[in-house]
Amino acid sequence: MRAGELALFAAKRLLLAIPLLLAVAVVNFGLVQLAPGDPALILVGDYPAPPEYVEQVRADFGLDRPIPEQLARYLWQLAQGNLGYSFANRQPVLDLVLDRLGATLKLTLTALTFAAVVGVLLGVLAAIYRGTRIDGGVQAFTLAGYSVPEFWLGQLLILLFAIHLGWLPSQGAQSLRGPTEGLAGFLDSLRYLVLPAFALSFRYLALIARMTRASLLEVVNADFILAARARGASEASVLFVHALKNAAPPVITVIGYNLGFILAGAALIETVFGWPGIGRLLFDSITRRDYPVMTAILLLVAATVVVANLVTDIVHARLDPRVTYK
Amino acid sequence: MSQRPTALLREGLAPERHPFRAFTERFFRARGAKLATAFLLFVFGCALFAPLVAGDPFTGGPDALLPPLTGGYLLGTDHLGRDLWSQLVYGARISLTVGVLAALSALVIGVVVGAVSGYVGGWVDAILMRVAEFFQTLPRFVVALIVVAIFGADLWKTILILALLSWPQTARVVRTSYVSLKDAAFVDAARVGGMGSVAIVVKEILPNVAAPIIVITSLDVATAILLEAGLGFFGLGDPNNPSWGSMLNEAQQYLRVAWWMSVFPGLAIALTVQSFNVLGDALNDAMNPRLRDRS
Repeated sequence: MRAGELALFAAKRLLLAIPLLLAVAVVNFGLVQLAPGDPALILVGDYPAPPEYVEQVRADFGLDRPIPEQLARYLWQLAQGNLGYSFANRQPVLDLVLDRLGATLKLTLTALTFAAVVGVLLGVLAAIYRGTRIDGGVQAFTLAGYSVPEFWLGQLLILLFAIHLGWLPSQGAQSLRGPTEGLAGFLDSLRYLVLPAFALSFRYLALIARMTRASLLEVVNADFILAARARGASEASVLFVHALKNAAPPVITVIGYNLGFILAGAALIETVFGWPGIGRLLFDSITRRDYPVMTAILLLVAATVVVANLVTDIVHARLDPRVTYK
Repeated sequence: MSQRPTALLREGLAPERHPFRAFTERFFRARGAKLATAFLLFVFGCALFAPLVAGDPFTGGPDALLPPLTGGYLLGTDHLGRDLWSQLVYGARISLTVGVLAALSALVIGVVVGAVSGYVGGWVDAILMRVAEFFQTLPRFVVALIVVAIFGADLWKTILILALLSWPQTARVVRTSYVSLKDAAFVDAARVGGMGSVAIVVKEILPNVAAPIIVITSLDVATAILLEAGLGFFGLGDPNNPSWGSMLNEAQQYLRVAWWMSVFPGLAIALTVQSFNVLGDALNDAMNPRLRDRS
């Protein structure tokens, strides 16, 4: 796809993403409306807030007005970046989320990279050694990846590596009294990252390995592979240049479209490992019935997924010349 | 889809067998299908006859945090001195109920939406498919968490929410097959024969999508059990009906002293989910014999 066409396609997809984002906000609004109890109290949360604030929220969101007007006001507040105020934490929700964004990005991006690299490698291995014990092993592993709850895997890793062997820490993102800066600080934080990142990547890794294997097996019988062999390309070049390049688009789609897995998994994994990120914040907000934080996180996660799907579609279109769009 | 001529020949010349026997033969030939079926029968059996195979899961005692095989407890006890095996057996009732009912409800919603969408077409179809797409975009677990947190962690609500988040795939399959079959000769014949629209969908079209939607439903059971376990782990299980996920929530605080509180419920979830996944794959193999050679 040429650059101009690609830009046009990206613009069109962006236009399609906007109604999805709006729909997410409307659903969020609907949840608050349908929830049992006073919507003003839902927006404020169960945590005791001064009655004046409750009245102010009621006025800001026009909760005594007709529903369409309320919805408009809600969207208007969101558009201004007002995600609400958490009385449980005595902080605006946006600040709370931004404080924890770094930790969550560190964890999820590590897991994502690990899953993508190892997943593709395992998939390639299984495809090369199709029908052998290696293939069987990879297939059994990927099936297990679909079935093992990641938070339980996290607990098992803690039992083995933190409690039984004592090799790695089990809670938090860095030592409380250890080095925090320079190389020593980095190495220290790595020790904390290993277990949660591995637990989080497991399911995703399985998915990527399975898709890589299937996608490679689809292309290895194609004519252009035969042609490459006929031209005398080495086996390695056939595999990694010709086959993998053509097998890549579906794999990238799987990676991008299932980002939700990693985000949902992060909520569970951060809770298991006491990781100070957004997932842990979600857990705390549910325990404290801190509704403003809960609904804001739902909105953010859904928005991230919509954007990830958009980016995936664009990358896919860029990679696969066959993709055309009406 | 190309099929090897020899395979065609073999299938064409094969002596007529009873279709159900052919089905079960192919089903059990799939890897792990026998083991998975046996395990699921065991779990369903335990859940069904819980009072016979387990003791009281709710009442604690002085024997807190006993390891497996001590004090007369097969799998040990938890922090309140409750028998872990009994909790596991009664937890199976909850996890299986949620998994199976959520998947079946999703099946019903998916078939109805898919049939309406395919049959009516036009703007109804466009809107329904946009809605399906929207539901597929939503991060299911996070939505389920927040909805359950707001509306309360009651067993039936959880089932309803998981079903509402799981129907789109079925709907798409049913719709696609309706669209591709509505002009088929046998459907025309039924129409000419005076069959009504609903009857055509139910009697003529549905049997053709039975195979894929049975497979999807089996995989949906696995997903629903996993989602419910995650909710339970977040402390959003039905407090009156503790499930395997809720057991793992309690285990988290006692990891250092009672590994068995985490290992056994997690194993129960993993094996049950694995079995449903294997079952789905085996059903797929058995019902789409032509696809077997592809993987």
